[in-house]
Amino acid sequence: MALISKHLIGLQGVPREDIQLILDTAVTFREVLERPIKKVPTLQGKTIVNLFYENSTRTRISFELAEKRLSADSINFSTSTSSVTKGESFKDTIRNIEAMKVDMVVVRHAAAGTPFYLTKICNANIINAGDGIHEHPTQALLDMYSIREKLGKIAGLKVCIVGDIAHSRVAFSNIYGLQSMGAEVSVCGPSTMIPRFIQDLGVKVIYNIDEAIQENDVLNILRIQLERKAREYFPSIREYAKYFGITSERLEKNGKDILLMHPGPINRGVEISSEVADGKHQIILNQVTNGVAIRMAVLYLLGTLN
Amino acid sequence: MKVIFRQVNLLHPLENIDTKETDIMLIDGRISKIGKLTLEESKGARGYDFRNKTIVPGFFDMHVHLREPGREDEETVNSGCNSAAAGGFTGIACMPNTEPAIDSAEIISLIKRKSFEHLVDVFPIGAATLGRKGDVISPMAELKDAGAVGFSDDGVAIKSASILRRAMEYSLMYNLPIIEHCEEESLGGGAMNEGINSTILGLPPIPSVSEDIIVSRDILMAEYTGGKLHIAHISTKKSIEMVREAKTRGLRVTAEATPHHFTLTDDYLKTYDTNLKMNPPLRSQNDLDAVIEGLKDGTIDCIASDHAPHSPEEKESEFEYAPNGIIGLETEVGLTLSELYHKKHLSLAQIIDKLSINPRKILNIPIPSFKAGEIANFTVLNPDEIWTVDISKFKSKSNNSPFGKKLINGRAAAVINKSKMYYEGEDVLL
Repeated sequence: MALISKHLIGLQGVPREDIQLILDTAVTFREVLERPIKKVPTLQGKTIVNLFYENSTRTRISFELAEKRLSADSINFSTSTSSVTKGESFKDTIRNIEAMKVDMVVVRHAAAGTPFYLTKICNANIINAGDGIHEHPTQALLDMYSIREKLGKIAGLKVCIVGDIAHSRVAFSNIYGLQSMGAEVSVCGPSTMIPRFIQDLGVKVIYNIDEAIQENDVLNILRIQLERKAREYFPSIREYAKYFGITSERLEKNGKDILLMHPGPINRGVEISSEVADGKHQIILNQVTNGVAIRMAVLYLLGTLN
Repeated sequence: MKVIFRQVNLLHPLENIDTKETDIMLIDGRISKIGKLTLEESKGARGYDFRNKTIVPGFFDMHVHLREPGREDEETVNSGCNSAAAGGFTGIACMPNTEPAIDSAEIISLIKRKSFEHLVDVFPIGAATLGRKGDVISPMAELKDAGAVGFSDDGVAIKSASILRRAMEYSLMYNLPIIEHCEEESLGGGAMNEGINSTILGLPPIPSVSEDIIVSRDILMAEYTGGKLHIAHISTKKSIEMVREAKTRGLRVTAEATPHHFTLTDDYLKTYDTNLKMNPPLRSQNDLDAVIEGLKDGTIDCIASDHAPHSPEEKESEFEYAPNGIIGLETEVGLTLSELYHKKHLSLAQIIDKLSINPRKILNIPIPSFKAGEIANFTVLNPDEIWTVDISKFKSKSNNSPFGKKLINGRAAAVINKSKMYYEGEDVLL
């Protein structure tokens, strides 16, 4: 079994075997990260551009580290330091970067579909590091890896994604990936943050957080955007925290073992209490470590098999 | 000059003309005789064999963006008219969202002057409000005197109900329609129709209810003021139901639909092709079926292209950042024949209503007649010609069409107006 695609644009429609292959490959790289010398020569001589049109700290660092661990040459490009501010079009920027002979492009962009568009105008392997509210496949892959690492399987598990589903690319990639791997996916959040057509994806909708805790094996808790635009969707942060925030009281009340995940960065006291964020149910920092291994696996598979 | 079109079919539903394989003679661009011609009569005439073709009253597209003044790099009055002629139209109405907007008699005169010599008649639609800003109604009387045939803030709906009321009341004095782009601004700003496809593609949604809210507001206002309302590019099932209901109550409400809204759905957007981005967006199959139903039962009076040229620099970008709109003049007749005539939704006579008679009625423009002595204003149809769309051959200055390489059944073979003919890519003086 080999990866069919030259690119990783999203997890929608990606078959179970491909996801399995990425997760299995990541196990090897996860082991490399525990060695005293955390570097392998796998992608020596390959040039990778990290094209970040949107702010990111952890995803960019994670990709950069993964590239360095694989001995690739990587270049970072972000809007603040690029010619974008000088009015150059996206297409021209890409053409120029490609003319410098790059092999792979990791792209993050605020506009959905941009990584797909890149595959049309550029010959490099394209990896989506998050596009608008479309997909963020490597985040979902590392989430699935972390679930499998902790619970030993994905198939048959009940996983609930909690928070602003409508504006979350992480949620969509998780839905497609988890469903492909045989998990049962539900979402929980205020009704204004649940996409109107989500049930057509075979996803159950829950409005009560206690019910979500009781019914599920895993909660993937999304960050609540605190800026004004996002605030149109719920009355107040206080109300959100009170009705959807994960607290130890709530976990105790429902008296149940549950795995808690969060893609970060976390708002302590909003979607998750400080106590829970540091507590025994969560694997937040494991997710971060696994993220490097997953990105190494994706870069390796796309960079060598195609 | 004397010209004869031989062996041609004639179809003019309004004048109850449906004649097969006859001859028609023009002298100096006017109809001289229809029927069998004697040898004496045809002496010295230039002849065209129009076997299997049908002459119909010249087609009219009431929703075209000519981009002049302001964006002459995308289209000019002249290139837009060439595109219209190539597409089978002898008349168009152009929308006022130019830069500056068509809100003064001077700009109307400019467009009239630039199109004066052309085969295609151009009728400007004046802005409904100054600068299309929605604050003050435009000088409608002056605009009408200069040649405006309707008023619209197209691109957006008239901003507030109070200004809409004034615009409807004022235009009523001149019996000219208010043409509305129906979209509730606070629900807009998206990139595609809201549905399962927008959910999967992650594109910001435009809900169908944003169109329905304004259609409903505008119909209520037309009822209250007695005004004449025309709904541009209607695209949702609900809006069509409301127009149908308004018509049964006898309100002066009309509507148009575009070929892309009866040909394509939002399923096609999976490629993030910016040539499928327009406003109103491609909707669902249910909406598309409702558009066809509306055309069949007369709820939708006209077919109009919403021809919206954009430069490649603007269209070749991230989907969300690309401007809305596609060009349509040169595919409209073909798509109408393919999708509506050959699929047996509309007869040829009904298509003539939608593409020639009704738009002129709405805008109070005289309908071309087949009577002797009248100026020959014809579209010559070849309803069974199978052809492939070649965007590089378009006469429009822009090429933002999603229909490249599409196989189409039926096209306009020629247009005739003002003693000129456009036939097989050539301009001919008659």
